[in-house]
Amino acid sequence: MGSMIYLKDVATLALDSQKCTGCGMCLDVCPHGVFKMNGQGLQIADRNACMECGACSRNCPAGAISVQSGVGCAAAVINSMLGRNGGECCCGPQTGQNQTAKSGGCCC
Amino acid sequence: MEENTKGLDAGGKFEFPIIQEQAGCGCGGDNAADADDSGSSLDQPFVSGSLSTPAGLLPKVSSRLTRQDRWGTIKARFGVGRMNYAVHPGLYALGEPDENAPVLVTANYKMSFDCLRQALPGRNAWILVLDTKGINVWCAAGKGTFGTNELVYRIEASGLKKVVRHRKMVLPQLGAPGIAAHQVKKLSGFKAHYGPVRARDIPAYLDNGLRASREMRIVTFPLADRAVLIPIELLGAAKPFALLSLALLVLAGILGRSGFQTNLLHDGVFAVVALFAALFGGAVLTPLLLPWLPGRAFSVKGLSIGLVTALALMMARGVDVGAWAGRVEVLAWLLIIPAIAAYLAMNFTGASTYTSLSGVKKEMRFALPLEITAGILGLMVWITSLILRWE
Ligand code: SF4
Ligand code: SF4
Repeated sequence: MGSMIYLKDVATLALDSQKCTGCGMCLDVCPHGVFKMNGQGLQIADRNACMECGACSRNCPAGAISVQSGVGCAAAVINSMLGRNGGECCCGPQTGQNQTAKSGGCCC
Repeated sequence: MEENTKGLDAGGKFEFPIIQEQAGCGCGGDNAADADDSGSSLDQPFVSGSLSTPAGLLPKVSSRLTRQDRWGTIKARFGVGRMNYAVHPGLYALGEPDENAPVLVTANYKMSFDCLRQALPGRNAWILVLDTKGINVWCAAGKGTFGTNELVYRIEASGLKKVVRHRKMVLPQLGAPGIAAHQVKKLSGFKAHYGPVRARDIPAYLDNGLRASREMRIVTFPLADRAVLIPIELLGAAKPFALLSLALLVLAGILGRSGFQTNLLHDGVFAVVALFAALFGGAVLTPLLLPWLPGRAFSVKGLSIGLVTALALMMARGVDVGAWAGRVEVLAWLLIIPAIAAYLAMNFTGASTYTSLSGVKKEMRFALPLEITAGILGLMVWITSLILRWE
């Protein structure tokens, strides 16, 4: 089973090919195989698989990737709509950052 | 290198300053202990001995989990005692590592820690545990507690630089949203390599010169992973379920045609059964059948399960659709059950490993108003069906 696909055409992922140095870090960190490197350099090959985790943009040394990262978690969105808990998903109280978290199916 | 087994008999007596417990979805120990900063302590039940190093005596752990470790995992899965399911942050020795042994980084959620060491039978390695407040890597990275600052701080505080000669470390790939590898290098001198997503691939990754195959880098969401999240989903829904059940029982008792008790048994108990069916559909069947359910949006998946469940239930009850009261009752449950199932299914986005925030927001914009409307409408229709029987 490959990556499951959620809603299409919603991901906020953007790549600035001008800045990209082709280091390949984003290929390593992306958990959904969104990027591919080919003859023309780095490409977004599977945008719909992006879960907006933000791993690629945080680890891009050239600052070539932008994504509005956040938690794809309905409870968090409801909480933030109700002004509760700063929009926390499920991992305990807010820690000050405005980033939130979601759980992983993986035990690690 | 001397060894002792002092930690072994400390089993069970290990105490942790606990703040509070909070229910959550499957993401691991919530706000766990505010671990003191004294570093990895020898006085923890899973520590099997100690190793003297240039950075002092470090706790030794084994790749074999004890029965106590496994029992703790089971309890955590069911939301019991999750608050003290943390290990002290700091440096641990797995086996008999030397100054050239690899350094692996993880969170101080006990399950993350156990998962890592269990994946490395017969290996010698250093395990650097970051203080993520007892939360797993994935969640903590999203929060930023599994982050660049904590990693850089923990490298210094643990004396890692004195313990190993090389300047490489292996980070879990799922920690990448919290850590900027290039900054870690700049701030600490350590080059951070992202290991595979699943701990069981780490031996292959290490043997392969810190290279992961494409499969090792992809997060999946297989049946087993979905199934273990069910207890926590159910737990999260338990309280609203109980309150709603109580309300329906009372309503059925008061509004029914006959005496309070007869009504309660006839309509009230069935209402609770129907509620449970909705809960079962949304929080159990949806996670299990996720890839095979129609639609991409989770609420659509839950809706389809809810409709099927509701129809099955109506047939089982053998409602008399010849009479108006019966028809109205069927309509009520066809509204209520799918609405609840869809809502619960939508909540499972929080536990899934592939839903994006933009997607969830889009889904909620259409699904949430519909779910609320259908739920309230269904409730009113159900009350009407009770009153209709008066005639
Ligand atoms: S991490 Fe940044 S610079 Fe490196 S390949 Fe990806 S986009 Fe290009
Ligand atoms: S945000 Fe996450 S899922 Fe999306 S492309 Fe970047 S690393 Fe991949």
